[in-house]
Amino acid sequence: MSPEAPAPAAPPPAAPPLGPAPRMPRWGLRVLGAIVLIVAIQLGRLGLEAALIEYAQRILLLAGINVILAVSLNLINGTTGQFSIGHAGFMAIGAYGAAFLGVHMAPALQVLFGPGMLSDAITFNLALILGALLAGLSGFCVGLPSLRLRGDYLAIVTLGFGEIIRIVFNNATFLGSATGYFGDSPAGLPTYTNLFWVYVWVAIVIVVIWNLTFSQTGRSLSAIREDEIAAEAMATPTTRLKVLAFSLSAAGAGIAGGLFAHMQSGIRPEDFKFDKSIDMIVMIIVGGLGSVSGAALGGIFVAVSLELMRDLHEYRLVLYALLLIVIMLVRPEGILGSRELPQLLASRFVRLGRGGQGGARGARS
Amino acid sequence: MLLQLDRVDKIFGGLHAVRGVSVQVQKGEIFGLIGPNGAGKTTLFNVITGVYRPDGGRVLFNGQDISGHSPAKIAAGGIGRTFQNIRLFRSMTAEQNVMVAGHRLHGAGVLSTVLRTARQASCEQALRQRAYELLEALGLAAQAGDIAGSLPYGSQRRLEIARALMLSPQLLLLDEPAAGMNSHEARELETQIRWLRDQLGVTVVLVEHNMSVVMSVCERIHVVDHGETIANGSPAVIKADPKVLAAYLGQDTAEAG
Repeated sequence: MSPEAPAPAAPPPAAPPLGPAPRMPRWGLRVLGAIVLIVAIQLGRLGLEAALIEYAQRILLLAGINVILAVSLNLINGTTGQFSIGHAGFMAIGAYGAAFLGVHMAPALQVLFGPGMLSDAITFNLALILGALLAGLSGFCVGLPSLRLRGDYLAIVTLGFGEIIRIVFNNATFLGSATGYFGDSPAGLPTYTNLFWVYVWVAIVIVVIWNLTFSQTGRSLSAIREDEIAAEAMATPTTRLKVLAFSLSAAGAGIAGGLFAHMQSGIRPEDFKFDKSIDMIVMIIVGGLGSVSGAALGGIFVAVSLELMRDLHEYRLVLYALLLIVIMLVRPEGILGSRELPQLLASRFVRLGRGGQGGARGARS
Repeated sequence: MLLQLDRVDKIFGGLHAVRGVSVQVQKGEIFGLIGPNGAGKTTLFNVITGVYRPDGGRVLFNGQDISGHSPAKIAAGGIGRTFQNIRLFRSMTAEQNVMVAGHRLHGAGVLSTVLRTARQASCEQALRQRAYELLEALGLAAQAGDIAGSLPYGSQRRLEIARALMLSPQLLLLDEPAAGMNSHEARELETQIRWLRDQLGVTVVLVEHNMSVVMSVCERIHVVDHGETIANGSPAVIKADPKVLAAYLGQDTAEAG
């Protein structure tokens, strides 16, 4: 069917070997999901048995929350290329929403399911989901008008939004104003968050965003990043997709916020200041903008490095900044660049198999 | 009548870029739109594809007024295009570039994407298959996995055509497809353009400065200068038209010749 004489007559191969999008087979993804789940359950069990000292546990919890934040922010900043720097605002909405609704739902659910682990788990997850919905809804409301803006302008709008949210919580008396929200009981918010639930939600968020990224939707989002005018000329519903990505990204931040709120006895507006948004940007840039697994690694990196340097007190941020500068000098594209971990491992194997060539070029994306 | 421009005007500030241009393109034609630099050819393309809204007149596609529709809606309605200054998704592969344009063919929604249902997998497979066929047709099958931005110039232009074809368009607008091609590549392009029309039944409108391509491949030609129509007809008529010669070569030369 080719108009060209020299076109090869060979039948089309099912797919070129090693395209840049990691084509994980479906079963592969499911197996990966199952492994993550099993690991999560194991970690949860270990956590419950207090095999980990509290300090290490806290780092792992924070790392998990960071992974959710980074992976969800990466969907809009990395994949879609819309620069949003107000993610802490969505996290705050998720945190306050989940905390408030959790506190008010708990009595009713306890009556329904009886007090104990079951009703706690239901209350917690329902609160997380509702918090995420609230955050996603506000993402939708912010995204719809502001995603017409590009580059710096969008950044300024999202920055302003994040600050507005913080100031609203700062003044909402029923949420404790500047003192913070500690629920109704003197003990503060119930600390439902444990390693098990954090990593269950990490797995859910990663699977959802991974599946979305490596699909027609994800390709269209990348196309918007690459050239919005061309994407539109190719019948891509750009506004709809941008708002979708923004809302999902906000919902992810909402889940992270809900987990964060139930990690300690209370939340304060200052937990969600502008530097929190910057932290998230750092995570995805360190990990590699546009890479889901890179964002996850970046999230872990930020949590662990900040915690390990805690003993340095005020010099911590100096060293942290220095570390970032070194990373950007040595690897400006981030730990993974725009590649994905499974793909990187696969190309490594191929290279070994072929005796030192191939793989690397095709793996760039 | 597949495409009809009815006295279209486009004004940028004080510049009347297009002034009362009327064009009729029949179904199945290979139609040339030519004129000196700055004559308003690309502006006309942008008006047709919804990038600009016309300041006067109408654009009819299959008898329907599409002036003022969004580019995405017009593209989905069956008008594909390429760009003068290549606009590929540069860091994506050739195959992914083509697949993006299949958005409409992809029936799976967000939920089935997130859950990776069998339906989503089969949509994805069908899309990949179709993209591969188009790449093969344009001689790019071997480059399917290459990053679009790394392809040679001529291949990038062909990739843009493959991507536009993924829309299954009735009408394809090619904006200087032969720019940057050597004469061998340009001759291959002529074959490919004819093949588009003959095998896929796509009507083609092209803007082109390479006159040998235009004269060899186009059945009818429309000439604009300073935003106004100065001639239209078959290549033989256009070649002999004194106004066209004047526009291209200057007044004196035309008078002398």
